[in-house]
This record gives sequence, structure tokens and C-alpha cells, in this order.
Amino acid sequence: MIIKDRAIKYGNNVDTDVIIPARYLNTTDEAELASHCFEDLDENFSQKVKERKIIIAGDNFGCGSSREHAPVAIKASGVLLVIAKTFARIFFRNAINIGLPVIPCPEAAESINDGDEIEVDLDRGIIKNITLGMEFAINPVPPFIQEIISSGGYINYTKKKLKV
Amino acid sequence: MAENRKPQTMAQKILAAHCGRDYLNTGELVNAELDLVLGNDITMPLAIAEFEKIGVDGVFDKNKVVIVPDHFTPNKDIKSAQQCKYIREFSKAQEIKNYFEIGEMGIEHALLPEKGLVLPGDLVIGADSHTCTYGALGAASTGVGSTDVAVAMATGNAWFMVPESIKFIYEGNLNPWITGKDLILYTIGLIGVDGALYMSMEFTGPIIKTLSMDSRFTMCNMAIEAGGKFGIMEPDAKTEEFIKDKAARPYKLINPDPGAAYYKTYNINCSEIKPQVATPHLPSNAANAADLKDIKIDQAVIGSCTNGRIEDLEISARILKGKKVAPHIRAIIIPATQKIYLDAMEKGYIKTFIESGCVVSTPTCGPCLGGHMGILAEGERSVSTTNRNFVGRMGHPKSEVYLSGPAVAAASAIAGRIATPEEVI
Repeated sequence: MIIKDRAIKYGNNVDTDVIIPARYLNTTDEAELASHCFEDLDENFSQKVKERKIIIAGDNFGCGSSREHAPVAIKASGVLLVIAKTFARIFFRNAINIGLPVIPCPEAAESINDGDEIEVDLDRGIIKNITLGMEFAINPVPPFIQEIISSGGYINYTKKKLKV
Repeated sequence: MAENRKPQTMAQKILAAHCGRDYLNTGELVNAELDLVLGNDITMPLAIAEFEKIGVDGVFDKNKVVIVPDHFTPNKDIKSAQQCKYIREFSKAQEIKNYFEIGEMGIEHALLPEKGLVLPGDLVIGADSHTCTYGALGAASTGVGSTDVAVAMATGNAWFMVPESIKFIYEGNLNPWITGKDLILYTIGLIGVDGALYMSMEFTGPIIKTLSMDSRFTMCNMAIEAGGKFGIMEPDAKTEEFIKDKAARPYKLINPDPGAAYYKTYNINCSEIKPQVATPHLPSNAANAADLKDIKIDQAVIGSCTNGRIEDLEISARILKGKKVAPHIRAIIIPATQKIYLDAMEKGYIKTFIESGCVVSTPTCGPCLGGHMGILAEGERSVSTTNRNFVGRMGHPKSEVYLSGPAVAAASAIAGRIATPEEVI
């Protein structure tokens, strides 16, 4: 799978309260969640994401609350992929479980600038910064995690395992 | 299975005991059997929708799924009411034994230990990041998302990476008014909001032995604010005393092996720790309350899964007794469970709070996550015994939250600014 798009860059410790504020957690409607995504961090996000669909961030992306509404809101707003230096544990798990690709890669996250054109080959494990002409190798993903992703998320994977 | 058994941390031993192994290496990925699966009115609606997609007939065990509507309850608006109705109907249809309706409800992480639902040696997941609270009982418990809970409700299992552990040894003496909150804010200040990312935080040392169970819950509760997977403590006589009338099933007291390998060890001299405050907008911004006396406040909140227990209310009442909350300051006190509320009433704390000008609320997470019962306007500032001070956490994106323990929060309510207990008593 190859994902090619432009980057929106944020800083360290982007928490799930700014990804989707709790005042909107009285719904599970994906479109409604998406309409408030990042609004307390970047009021222009909903405009930016129309043309740039890869998020780049620093350390500890997704820290704080366990709300799965956070990766759901990001995915539903059209984001294809998040690359960060590091991810908070629960967010990382939630993102994989709902099928939002998340890639920890400190070198790529450091060097990519806001607006750069990025191409990621998930199968071969390569991040390319086309704008800057740089390339980064990504850690291999263990087989059962790959199976969760290829099944379309943890629910489908579980259905398959339980044969229901 | 005979395995080359090296000394293990508490996290390794508890996980091993739940996947039929004697020994686990850190970094291994394992599928483990769970003792309890938890969700609330925010996370459970998503979890139920996902659970229903799996297509199993029912939950894996009606006694091992716990559902607590505590965040936006009593229902704050129509949408919240719909979400609560959805989880209530699911609980009825699935005959969930441990569904706690308003009236017997409490904030989940205060309620579950109080009811004896989590016991030492347990492995627990909850769709709430503060599920790590139960580490105070010597259990391995951690927050996950709704999908993990959906799968766990169907299978009784979850996958884990066996974490490395960091050991925190608390030594020295405790200064006056210092509770678990000051120790954990100091610790997060020391290591940062990702200082224990993916790791188990083992809190130990002579000072931990002297702490009440309430203070221990407070410390383990905030392990997540340092990125931790577990916040965990060795069970001791106090743990056993706490659970002896509550435990309705067998449990295991699991201790770390001598010689277990730790990623890092911190020796913390508690004699140096003064009342702590975390300034906006990260829980790691630890400062001495005494250095923040110029910070004026609009609101003080005492409650939450972090600090809504009886010890917190006792300390607050001791400071507020015979005093008045400063003019124009809203002081909001939220006992974490119905039992704590009742105990506080019997001990006279509620009378003290009302006479001093505080409001006392039914149990709810409410203002901690900017839900209801104390939302901040633009430019307003609250001192709060809750656990997060992120941008917009308690209301307007341009409001501010200063995290503290109950002593500083109560003193600040009287002073109208951040204050230490000595200043007002």
C-alpha cells in the first residue's frame, strides 16, 4: 500500500483533548466528530485537511484520555496516515484497531516540514520526503498486527478468528 | 511449561500468570486472559457498536464486564441521555451484573475497588485511561480504547506487549500535608509526560508502605500522565485490610522477584517534596505551591477518580472548617462514590463544606474533562485535584487548570489564589 500526500505538522504531546474535545463526546457520529477534529489546537485544520492528508507530529502523539473518538475523528476527517516521533500507548493501539496507519519514525518526523510532499510505502517500509529528497526506513510490523490491518481492523480480525 | 526462569517484575509475573506461562521476556507480545473488562458512558457506546459487529451471542462472562455511567451523568444533555440509554439497554439485555445506575453509581476507579471488583494479582483492561488506578491493589490494569473492550467483551482476552518497568523508591520523610498527589505530581515533573511511555511504573520504598490506600490509588491513577501502562504497588497488610471484607473470590498477592531487571530506578527523597501544583498545560509542569501565590483563581474543584476519596474530603474539611470560600470563587466538591458521600456526611464534612460556601455534587467525572458541573469561561482559571490540565480540558480553550492535591485546592478556595494550607489555617 502506498500513501502519497502533503504534510500538516504539529508539535510534541498533542493530547486527545485537543484532537477531539470532551464537549463533543456525547456522540459517536464520525462526521460530527471529524467536524471538530483538532479545533482547540488549530482552528484552520478543517481547511488544511482538504489538501493535506498526512499528519506529522513530535513526541507522545495522542497522550491523555483513552477516547477512541480521537483516531476516529482523525480518520473521518480524511487523514490517511500519522507519522510521529513517538505515540502514546493507548492512542497507538486504538489507531491500529480502527485501521488508521500510525508510524513511529523520529528521523522522518523531525525532518519533514509543514507542506512537504510525502510518499509512504507500507509494504516495503519506506518513508520518502519528495520535497526534500530524503528517505527513511520504517521498522517491520509483526505478522499478527499486519493481519489486524489487512483484515480491516481488530473487529474483522476477531470475527475471522472466532469464525462467526 | 518449564521455562528458564529469571527474576521478574510485577508486570511480567502478573501477565505470565494470565497466559499460562512461568516467565515472560519484556517486549514479547502475548494474548492474555482478563479478570475484568470495564467501560463508561463515553467509551461504551462505541464499544457496544463494535461488539455487535463481531456477531457473538453474548459477552464472555456476565460477571466480568463492568459498565459505569459516570462521565456525563446524571445526564447533562439529550445526547448524553441517549448514550446512557444505549448502554443501560445493552446491560439489561446482556444481564451485566455489574452495571451501576445513578444512585449506586460512583466514579469508576473509586467504585470498583470499593465494591471489591478488582483484587490483587488481577489483569484488567478498561476503556478509560485511568484504569491504571487498580495497580494500588497489586493488580496489572490499564486503559485501552473501545475496540479493545469490544473484543475483550466477546473473548475475555486482550493482547499485550510485556512492558519494561521503572522502579521508583520513595524514601525520607513526608512533610506536613503531603499526600499521594504531591508525590505523583513531583514524579511526573521529574520524568515528563512520556517518561514512562509503554512502561510499568513500580512504586515502592518505605514511604509507600506508610501511605493510605486512598493516596496509593491517587498515585497509580496518574501513571498514565507519564505515559505509563501500569502504575503498580506491592500488596501489603494495608492492601489485605482494604480488601478483606470486599473480596468475593480468590486472589493472588504477587510481588516482584528480588533481582528483577528494571529499565531505570529512581530514588526519590520525599523530605524535599513540598505541596505540588502542575501548571498549565501539562501534568509534568510541577512547581511548589508556595511559589505560585500570585496566581488568582476563579474556581476550585475537589473530586475525580484521582482525589475524590474520603481522605481527600477529610483533608479538605480540616482546612475549610470554620472558614469561608473567598468572594466570587466557586468551590465544587464531588465525592467520588455514594458511599464516600455518605461517609463524608456522617463525619460532618459535608456540613463543613456547605457552611464554608462550597457546593457539593453527586458523584460524576463532570468538570474534570469539561463535561458539566463546573465548566470554565474564557480566561478563567481553576485549581483542581483532577488529573489533566491540557488546553480546554475544563472548558474554554483559553481557560487554565492548575492541578494540586486536596490541601492546596481547599486552601486556594479560601485565599482566592493558589495557597498552601499553612497560609489559611
